[in-house]
Amino acid sequence: MIELNVNGRPQAVDADPATPLLYVLRDHLALNGAKFGCGLGQCGACTVMIDGKAAFSCVTPISALPGRKITTVEGLGTADNPGPLQQAFIDEQAAQCGYCIAGMIMRAQALLEANPSPTDDDIRRHMMPNLCRCGTHMRIVRAVQRAARTMKNVKNGAGVNVTTK
Amino acid sequence: MNSTPSPGLLLSRREFLTTAGALVVGFSLGTVSDLFAQRPQEGAKLPGSLASTPMLDAWIRIGADGTITVCTGKGELGQGIKTALIQIASEELGVQPAAIKLVTADTRTTPDEGYTAGSNSMKDSGTAIQNAAAQVREILIGRAADKLTVSADKLVARDGFVVTDDGRRAAFGELVGDNLTHVRAQPQSKLKDPRTYALVGKPLARVDIPAKVSGGAAYVQDLRLPGMLHARVIRPPSYGARLRDVKVADAETLPGVIKIVRDGNFLAVVAEHEFQAVVAMRALATNASWEMRNRLPDPSDIYGTLRRLPADAIVDLDLNGQAAAPARRLEASYRRPYQMHGAIGPACAIALMKDGTLTVWTHSQGVYPLRKSIAELLHLPEDRIQCVHAEGAGCYGHNGADDAAADAALIARALPDRPVRVQWMREQEHAWEPYGPAMIADVKAALDADGNVVEWTYDVWSNAHSTRPGGAGNLLPAWHLETPFTQPVPKPIPLPEGGGDRNAIPLYKFPNARVVHHFIPSMPVRVSALRALGAYANIFAIESFIDELAAAASVDPVEFRLRHLDDPRARDVIVMAASRFGWANYPAGKGRGRGFAFARYKNLGAYLALAVDIEIDRESGRVKVLRAVAAVDSGQPVNPDGIRNQIEGGIVQSASWTLYEAVSFDTNAITSTDWGSYPIARFADVPGNVDVHVIERPGAPFLGTGEAAQGPTAAALANAIANATGARLRELPLSRTRVKATIGA
Repeated sequence: MIELNVNGRPQAVDADPATPLLYVLRDHLALNGAKFGCGLGQCGACTVMIDGKAAFSCVTPISALPGRKITTVEGLGTADNPGPLQQAFIDEQAAQCGYCIAGMIMRAQALLEANPSPTDDDIRRHMMPNLCRCGTHMRIVRAVQRAARTMKNVKNGAGVNVTTK
Repeated sequence: MNSTPSPGLLLSRREFLTTAGALVVGFSLGTVSDLFAQRPQEGAKLPGSLASTPMLDAWIRIGADGTITVCTGKGELGQGIKTALIQIASEELGVQPAAIKLVTADTRTTPDEGYTAGSNSMKDSGTAIQNAAAQVREILIGRAADKLTVSADKLVARDGFVVTDDGRRAAFGELVGDNLTHVRAQPQSKLKDPRTYALVGKPLARVDIPAKVSGGAAYVQDLRLPGMLHARVIRPPSYGARLRDVKVADAETLPGVIKIVRDGNFLAVVAEHEFQAVVAMRALATNASWEMRNRLPDPSDIYGTLRRLPADAIVDLDLNGQAAAPARRLEASYRRPYQMHGAIGPACAIALMKDGTLTVWTHSQGVYPLRKSIAELLHLPEDRIQCVHAEGAGCYGHNGADDAAADAALIARALPDRPVRVQWMREQEHAWEPYGPAMIADVKAALDADGNVVEWTYDVWSNAHSTRPGGAGNLLPAWHLETPFTQPVPKPIPLPEGGGDRNAIPLYKFPNARVVHHFIPSMPVRVSALRALGAYANIFAIESFIDELAAAASVDPVEFRLRHLDDPRARDVIVMAASRFGWANYPAGKGRGRGFAFARYKNLGAYLALAVDIEIDRESGRVKVLRAVAAVDSGQPVNPDGIRNQIEGGIVQSASWTLYEAVSFDTNAITSTDWGSYPIARFADVPGNVDVHVIERPGAPFLGTGEAAQGPTAAALANAIANATGARLRELPLSRTRVKATIGA
């Protein structure tokens, strides 16, 4: 058994220590957010946060993870009560097929935690590891900017109206 | 943000140009009565897919409790079809979108609408649902008129009730009774007046996005059935390789392994957990010995190979008219390589064989044709198979979805009573999906002394653009069985849809024109339908050559196009794209270029024109797209934001195809096996800005939109590169190596 901390909850997982985190999240913990895209760390569909940094869960064995904080898109909110980035992606309608979007949101979350006021160029540079095949990039950049504004407003106590549909 | 559509008035060009800043501009085709005159006439065939599925309750079902279920034979592919169909149904029924439960493609519960493809969903299913909903509403109103003893014209449907103007009402559920809507559709429907639309034509948030941003079960990949097992397939190392021998002992003893399935060259492993299946797949691959057969053609001469293969010449157009004498002749040849769909999520399916009945959850674009194919593959009657559509990652055409469904079906047959989930690995998706075919287009034209095109000759060479399943022979695993199915000889898709010749006939008015499609049945590389089919390469060729002709005639490319077009809707998108881009005032600069292109998708779908602004880095040859501005006319827009999303995405995707993408192979095998060996656009590569302007045509028929940007984007980029460098690139992709070679060291 390996002890993992996923979205703030301890989880004991019975899997080979060499198993990539992605398979444990999906198959053992029934979390859908992180997606299998390439298994090679080339596309970012599997992106989660480990100790606040974006990571490819498809190439990270669980043996490396005890004692570390793992956050998936499920840890940011729900469909009924979405977090600021999730809400921003809804408001900007920043998805087509959406298969890459959970990974996009997690990489963007790591950016906004480190840099609350990114420029468009900062966002594009930071999001480079994640691929989108539908061509939703422009909306994704807009959604990250919108979330950055929302998060700052909330932080400053000004953010009552965070959803602008 | 939106200007108000003005039915009944034809806006002058001046008026629309002065509505600067508006993202959606209203137009009308004429008077409202003209618009209704376009609707189906008495005795005409039923509208949209009602023609093949005429019973109203096949589309709209109202329960005694008032629940409204709308069925479509189309599937959500990420194009937003669920939301748009809900908008249409709720508009005509007079209910809120949330009141509609939409059921998508399922062989047990929905109409058979063939494939979700060709940008046909709104035209087929949208039209059927619009008319069915209107007719159901009128039936309910008729019943309510009897019940309430009120004249039907005094009644309206609102929020699930038929209401009188004096406040009395009857609920849909109590009106519907038994079989009230189990009737054949009529050719004519009392459709709502577009001027009264509350939902259609207004942006509506996509119904599928909340689950997708929060880890909901949104995809077939996310389905978890009780007792579900995980499988992986061990594919041959190349097309046609034969499995000589495989030592299964190592894999069999690995943790979690349940079963190894072998049937000829088809090899798969099933395990309790997903990663256990992956580990066992790798062990089997290591212990398998393959005999390589069927060498691929020399990639450096692929276009020569295609030209030498036997081809059927299909004359698509032969126009001989009066024209001025030719003064100048031009010719050029354009090429498009094999390009891949490249879904971000590899193909996946779940199958369950229980009590002799097979259920398959699939992201196939056609559940009914898939059912037929799997029936043949497994020698089962079709009524023992149910195929249920569940979303996958965006497919952009016929990719590995059906093959994965066949994999799952074959494995589930060997392991009855437990659901089996199969997902492909990245290298399998890249190497085995059917690509968009390589193509060649030769074009010749003559200009008269005034610079008008007086002769046009176009020859396009292409493989088939559809090898979709309609039988087992087009399913990949069927080729690998001990008793294999062979791939049938493909047939060309006839015009007006067209395959290799989709959009091969230019919309321009040329007095003499000949268009020939050289259809090559033999396929050296596996190919099928990739978004826009042949339209991508044909529009690239035609719209590049139009710019070459404009340059030869010393006429501005936008003006040159307008001179040769008399379709007012074509002219409108061109004028709007040019004006919003600022074509006339483009600030030429070193390394900068502007490019323009136009097409009407399939010559019967959406009209789209766009202009791009690029910058070329002379050191590397890298093309940076600074901005793209498009104008699109999709007829009556249902969800304008959905249209914008599709066109924005189409421009970005086509820019990736056009600047970066070609499938690589050697004479043994496909060598594009991951995102390193088949790079696509990343965030740094996509345009700085994309603006899409939607021209509204209230009440006009829906026009297919999803693929409209693919061809024009390619040509606009080629034209911009020519504008920036003075050099014309005619072979895709317009890679930095090729750009660099044209501009010299």
